[in-house]
Amino acid sequence: MSLTRVEVEHIAELARLGLTEDEKELFAGQLSAILDYFQVLDQLDTADVPPTMAAVPQTNVMFADEVQPSSPREDILANAPDTVDGYFRVRAVLE
Amino acid sequence: MDLYHLTIHEAADSLQKGDISSGELTHAVLDRIVAVDNDVRAYLTLMPEAALEQASRADTKLVAWRKNGRREELPALLGIPLAIKDIICVQGAPTTCGSRILENFHSPFNATVVDKLLHCGAVIVGKTNTDEFAMGSSTENSAFFTTHNPWDLARVPGGSSGGSAAAVAADEAFGAFGSDTGGSVRLPASFCGIVGMKPTYGRISRYGLVAFASSLDQIGPFGKDVTDCALLLQAVSGYDPKDSNSINAPVPNYAAELSKGVKGLRVGIPGEFFVEGLEPEVEKTVREAIDTLAALGMDVKEISLPHTEYGVPTYYLIAPAEASANLARYDGVRYGYAAPDATDMWDGFFRSRAQGFGQEVKRRIMLGTYALSAGYYDAYYLKAQKVRTLIKQDFERAFEEVDVIVTPTSPFVAFKIGEKIENPLQMYLSDVFTITLNLAGLGGMSVPCGFVDGLPVGMQILGGPLAEDIVLRVGYAYEQATGWHLLHPPC
Repeated sequence: MSLTRVEVEHIAELARLGLTEDEKELFAGQLSAILDYFQVLDQLDTADVPPTMAAVPQTNVMFADEVQPSSPREDILANAPDTVDGYFRVRAVLE
Repeated sequence: MDLYHLTIHEAADSLQKGDISSGELTHAVLDRIVAVDNDVRAYLTLMPEAALEQASRADTKLVAWRKNGRREELPALLGIPLAIKDIICVQGAPTTCGSRILENFHSPFNATVVDKLLHCGAVIVGKTNTDEFAMGSSTENSAFFTTHNPWDLARVPGGSSGGSAAAVAADEAFGAFGSDTGGSVRLPASFCGIVGMKPTYGRISRYGLVAFASSLDQIGPFGKDVTDCALLLQAVSGYDPKDSNSINAPVPNYAAELSKGVKGLRVGIPGEFFVEGLEPEVEKTVREAIDTLAALGMDVKEISLPHTEYGVPTYYLIAPAEASANLARYDGVRYGYAAPDATDMWDGFFRSRAQGFGQEVKRRIMLGTYALSAGYYDAYYLKAQKVRTLIKQDFERAFEEVDVIVTPTSPFVAFKIGEKIENPLQMYLSDVFTITLNLAGLGGMSVPCGFVDGLPVGMQILGGPLAEDIVLRVGYAYEQATGWHLLHPPC
């Protein structure tokens, strides 16, 4: 199966990954080869097989809705590229 | 014998007797790093001041303990210098995950395993090299540099926990921790001739382990021998409310069970692991190891894990899919690399991720995004999760007949740096023997079982759910009967 350039651009858009023209071509080829190899899974009849979503199934792991101490604000902001008045400063979202 | 050659249990013994101090052990390791790490390149970040401070506190504790009549039992890891894979959060140092996108990230918290180690009084020497976001089988995908195999510096140490494995093999740490999502502890253990374990999923808390594939990731210990591996596993296992997949089950005293012996235990040898692609010399070495198990009194049986060959495609659909979701957080807004040249928020995302991520990471995000996208979800992701069930059922059936399963850890010994890096699919196939264990959520360990052309071979011992005690027992019996763990690389 061959991934087209348009499909590669669509996936990159979904993943918010800016790709160069060279990367688009490289990935189209590599991903096509990988997906080809994965077709081997079609050999298996899985119509009546449930999917395994969790390796060790557990249900409804809850904790009490109680206030617990959280991390200090300065620690959380310490890695931010841009802050103002204790907030993360972000670039424009809307025009 | 040089101090850095000691095992954890030997060092702990000497510390308690007062023959050596944690300060001496830590200096020995730091000097050893200066001597060899320019060649091995196991470490990304060293933390010598913090380490010596931790050592000093440990020494104070030891002195007081001896003075007060040695009454209580000391933690085995008290005063022992260890290395931590750079995908595990440690406060006070960078946690880069081998990526430029986190090159300057300083975690505001410790991973649960790190808190547990510090609570024991262990000494954390530094953060070790890793394939970027744990994606790789050779540590060549690190954005910074490649780690070299101490047994042959022209070869890879395996991956993704290559730095931790190389550090232990080269005696640059007494033990280390890595992470294993598709084999990333077991494979480098095999290539570097040491013991490496991935426990049952949920045995060790994932809190503070930077997420790659959440249903597959587990932290795992590297030790110079099985006893050390057991001590490391013991110190960090157990229920953690901060990891909602954490198993709430008691932690046995793993080290105490080791010498129980293996007479009468049943070991299954799956035919599907002894096929074309397995190097003949590796096969010969592992079969000799299996003969040793038989000679030790184990009941050796042929078994079948029929869906083994579907492990790689299944994993390489599920893991990248989960990774594409987990790595969506790296957008340069709250932490991590932020592209300086962006126009608006969305442009910032595209550029930061384009500039910050390496090629293999981008490839897997693309693969995962595709597998989850509308129109393809059923054919790829859902299909893979169904095959995962079949793989899990293979193991369930097998463990009704046997107590452990033994296989080669890898189809080959350590390959040369650069040999497989241009062909992603070839690289993925390195994981063929380790990968199904992660899909099934079970635990397994690689132990050294010989050499081919001077390069280590690993034997993989797999167990049923929470059967780490039996896996360790088998490994210990084998190790004591052979002695591969006593050999050191030339560096």
